[in-house]
Amino acid sequence: MADIVTPKLDGKIRIPLMEEGATSHYHTLESSPKLNEALGYPGELVENWQEKAIEKFREVLDTNKALRVFMDICVKCGSCTDKCHYFIGTHDSRNMPVARQDLMRKVYRRYFTLGGKLFPKLVGASDFTKEVLDEWYTYFHQCSQCRRCSVFCPYGIDTAEISMAARLIMSHIGLSSKYSNEIIAKVYNTGNNLGIPAPALAGTMEFLEEEVKDATGVDVRYPMDEKGADVLLIAPSADFFSAPHVDSLIGYGKVFHEAGISWTVSSYASEFANFGMFVGDFHVMRKIAQRIKDAAREFGVKRIVVGECGHAWRVGHSFWNTLVGPWDFLDQRYPVPQHICEFSLDLIQRGGLKLDKSANDARIVTFHDSCNVARASSMGGYEGGQFEVPRELIRATCNNFVEMAEDTIKEKTYCCGGGGGLLTDDLMELRIRGVLPRAEALHAVMESHGVNYLALICAICKAQFTKVLPYYNIPMEVVGGIHQLVGDAIVLGGAKHEV
Amino acid sequence: MTRLSMVYITLYYIAFAIFLGGFLFKIWRFAKTPAPLVIVGTPGAKSGVGTALRVASDALLFRSLFRGNKWIWVGAYCFHFGLLFLIFRHLRYFVWPLPMWYSRVEQLVGITGGLMVVIGIGWLLGRRFFHARTRYISAFSDYFVLFLLLAIAGTGLLIKFSVRTDIIAVKTFMLGLARLHPQPAPADPWFLLHFSLVLVLLVYFPFSKLMHAGGVFFSPTRNQIDWTRSTERRHVSPFENTKSA
Repeated sequence: MADIVTPKLDGKIRIPLMEEGATSHYHTLESSPKLNEALGYPGELVENWQEKAIEKFREVLDTNKALRVFMDICVKCGSCTDKCHYFIGTHDSRNMPVARQDLMRKVYRRYFTLGGKLFPKLVGASDFTKEVLDEWYTYFHQCSQCRRCSVFCPYGIDTAEISMAARLIMSHIGLSSKYSNEIIAKVYNTGNNLGIPAPALAGTMEFLEEEVKDATGVDVRYPMDEKGADVLLIAPSADFFSAPHVDSLIGYGKVFHEAGISWTVSSYASEFANFGMFVGDFHVMRKIAQRIKDAAREFGVKRIVVGECGHAWRVGHSFWNTLVGPWDFLDQRYPVPQHICEFSLDLIQRGGLKLDKSANDARIVTFHDSCNVARASSMGGYEGGQFEVPRELIRATCNNFVEMAEDTIKEKTYCCGGGGGLLTDDLMELRIRGVLPRAEALHAVMESHGVNYLALICAICKAQFTKVLPYYNIPMEVVGGIHQLVGDAIVLGGAKHEV
Repeated sequence: MTRLSMVYITLYYIAFAIFLGGFLFKIWRFAKTPAPLVIVGTPGAKSGVGTALRVASDALLFRSLFRGNKWIWVGAYCFHFGLLFLIFRHLRYFVWPLPMWYSRVEQLVGITGGLMVVIGIGWLLGRRFFHARTRYISAFSDYFVLFLLLAIAGTGLLIKFSVRTDIIAVKTFMLGLARLHPQPAPADPWFLLHFSLVLVLLVYFPFSKLMHAGGVFFSPTRNQIDWTRSTERRHVSPFENTKSA
């Protein structure tokens, strides 16, 4: 474990005093020239980078209403200054949302506004110097794009949009993060973020069938590349390879088994995650999403159901239709995509799942709303459904459910500290500090209610929490998926269903 | 017509043109810039009516700010609604005649508005000076606009209560400007100071963060509709037919 002193938890979230530059040394590894070029960006920082950056900046301003509006209308009221988990965890004043935004705004003012051209000092404008570029790289890679600040902004200014735009501009002058680029390149080459080749995937699916058979005595299928299946399941690739993720995949399979629906995963589109969003690149996002559409067409499926992944749910729910839609070749009676939580809850409500809640009686469960689900999507087809659907699913499968503090859930949820393309070892210190508010809220219910299970519907949250909560003396075993709960509660072969 | 009047009349029309032209240009640019994706924030309304209510609750009640910080909300609400009252109070200088009831309430509304504005600005200025995080994020321009507004409100209260100006002359002058039939400017230096400061505000407006006044209606995180999984509609991005960046 990295040598980091973490505060002792007492269940209270405190707003710290500012320490400017406290995290100015958190510099995530830069992408290699080869990787940059593989994604279509310049290999290294181009000679006339300043000119190129301003050119790209102008282009983004002209094609992105959000950025255009957000650059102009912030009044510096200060409502957002205490809302970011990274500010709370690191104390660095530049991690206050408005201060982070101003790193971009000061360049905007200098090159795109009259006041900034004439009186740069008076309006807080600055030349785009190498120093400013360094600040951009450093601090726009300390934003997990969780959108918590935007909830409290009188104008809905969303720092996520600004950090995405900043990363896009930097990519186009040859400066981007190794972590995200590496992952995008892997999807291009192998179809998933982890670079798992098709034979290994097939092996995993076979292994799961044996596991479930051993545990339950029932033949539950975990099919891959089966043309003609009704459902194409798109899961984050971590579900195939990591713990506790894989337990949710086991759960999805059991749900489909009970529903009596044929399903398959695709080895070509074996990834729900879409890091194109994190780097702010529409075209990367579209290219990754296109694989899924192609697989769905090729297999002739009727519907697409997606697994537990937060940012990917945003891309799927909110962006797919724009990126690669329309999806008119699928059965229009079902939403595209449909979340596995929606699928399971619907099945339960129609009596299609027999559940034994007591199977989860050893668990006292709380639910962490993942930021992209909570603040950038919906579920169930109604406002706020993204809060209710997962909770209803937990209540349907567990007897013990406890909410964390009201200011830390639903649209006010705190990020796990690892989203937005920051889930990399070279930002470990940031990740450990960023989880602080969530760790405090979790600690509070662990103390007061004996909570021992943190239910999640996000692959990044799962990976981040298992890694960083131990620094706060919270065991990684508390972390799990909602479909782990569902899977454990299902009585296989128990429901008489009609589908 | 005195030279002073000529100067003020010219300045007024220039300032007003800059304000109107600049404001409309910015709004036009907000409006015509495309949105690549639907990025509506929670709770994304599923209908146009729901979205309109949501934007209205931010524009009229400052709902998001209320959830974010009650202390800022108090100051901001006091200031902005004071401003609204003052605009009402100044209607008589742009439109005449006005209905009877206007004359009955204008004094009360004006005095209340003036006090609200001064108290609100004082509150917000105090935060900028004494609240560490707010001070950290403040630039000169953030103070400037507060002082400018304070000076406008202060001179306004002054010519109302202390060095009373000839309001008949003011009304004649202002209505003349509004009707494009200029009349001599009142020679009262306090009034002219008040008037000059307003001209500065008009010119400053479109180039500054004051554009939040129009911008609040164009924020995609609030004014978009969450219909992204609908089979009937599809949000089309400006990159629909572009191959790469």
